[in-house]
Amino acid sequence: MIAIIDYGVGNLFSLKSSFAAIGAETVVTGEAAVIRSADKLILPGVGAFGDAAALLRRDGLDKLVCEEAASGKPLLGICLGMQLLFDDSLEYGRHEGLGLIPGSVRPIAEYIPEGYKIPHIGWNALRFPAGKPVSPLFRHIREGDCVYFVHSFCGAECGESVIASAEYGAELTAAVARGNVYGVQFHPEKSGNVGLNILRAFCEL
Amino acid sequence: MITKRIIPCLDVKDGRVVKGVNFLGLADVSSPVKLAKFYSDCGADELVFYDITASAEGRALFTDILTEVASTIFIPLTVGGGINSVDDFDRVLKCGADKVSVNSGALRDPSLIPAAAKRYGDQCVVLSVDAKRVDGRFRVFAKGGREDTGLDAIEWIKSGVANGAGEIVLNSIDTDGVKNGFDLEMLQAVCDVVDVPVIASGGAGCAEHFKTLFHTLPKVDAGLAASIFHFGEVSIPDLKRELAEDGIIMRV
Repeated sequence: MIAIIDYGVGNLFSLKSSFAAIGAETVVTGEAAVIRSADKLILPGVGAFGDAAALLRRDGLDKLVCEEAASGKPLLGICLGMQLLFDDSLEYGRHEGLGLIPGSVRPIAEYIPEGYKIPHIGWNALRFPAGKPVSPLFRHIREGDCVYFVHSFCGAECGESVIASAEYGAELTAAVARGNVYGVQFHPEKSGNVGLNILRAFCEL
Repeated sequence: MITKRIIPCLDVKDGRVVKGVNFLGLADVSSPVKLAKFYSDCGADELVFYDITASAEGRALFTDILTEVASTIFIPLTVGGGINSVDDFDRVLKCGADKVSVNSGALRDPSLIPAAAKRYGDQCVVLSVDAKRVDGRFRVFAKGGREDTGLDAIEWIKSGVANGAGEIVLNSIDTDGVKNGFDLEMLQAVCDVVDVPVIASGGAGCAEHFKTLFHTLPKVDAGLAASIFHFGEVSIPDLKRELAEDGIIMRV
């Protein structure tokens, strides 16, 4: 059973449907006991970092997610859910993240040349870092496959954690991993078969 | 780099796709779910559903259909038609839509755009505009292109974007249905004043028209069409392959 953590941000309909489409059983929940008993965790999220982090903390889910991740349970953060895994964010002030993956969330505008539209929205191709084995999260897809992005902020200073990037005037962080903790900036639940294959690989971890 | 998008548009009335769809080998061509699956499988980058139902019962049916579509295919969905309030946004977003397109509703009440953008984010609000040349200017038309609002299209689009519209669908009434190519002049005029994605609509008759569109106007992000896809005059996989071979960045 995969728990999709519900802390009051975003619409979880598509995420739940996409897991159903690959035959994976999910539960949308904010209850600690259910989250503890799940095999794997999804941390979703849309909107502003500060609001989302506050909601997560209000429900005490920040500590729980960190404890579960420390126990070795596979965790996948999606979009803002990925950004929450980092140390902090500079979206409208400085906000603390979960600190599960080293890095910081910064405005895309700091990295890309003028003339590129923000948000970075649409289908973009994944690039895998050279000289590193392909992440198990991508075992069913190929480098160059396109996924769907919608974001104005991005993971920065992630160092060795980067497992995929996307070219948009600069190399933007598309996915990160550290041990059993994974994060994707794009929306696998909106990325057609490529997205479903990434979710399938997560289910197999 | 972000790919250019090819977007088929489906008109739905009382839960069925209307305006004629004719596919070989597709038994129920008026089922929105089957058509959505068909287009998703053949590589459409996004789908647009317009609800042209008049009655409240029909709208409820549309909501059910949308839920079914959104649980079947996993590409971005845009929904338009009869969106007059933030509650209407709420209704279709809860069914799995990713973006909501406003047209007449925003003309009646321009505050709908900032209200929806504030609540759901700019990326969620698509401003759809039907425009036509009148006295050498581009003018906004309402009610499916039947009524001249007197508004200048370029000014209307500029104010829409300033108020939070995250994407523009520009449908040229002058080229719509003529199949002689997109309205490059009108699109250029819009691209010159906004920095959000612009989707070209109206006039596509063959693959060549998409090539011309993307080569001539690099700022246009997507091409939208209905009947040429529905009647198989242009096949989406062939079109995307052709565009990619011509140096246009596509998801293939």
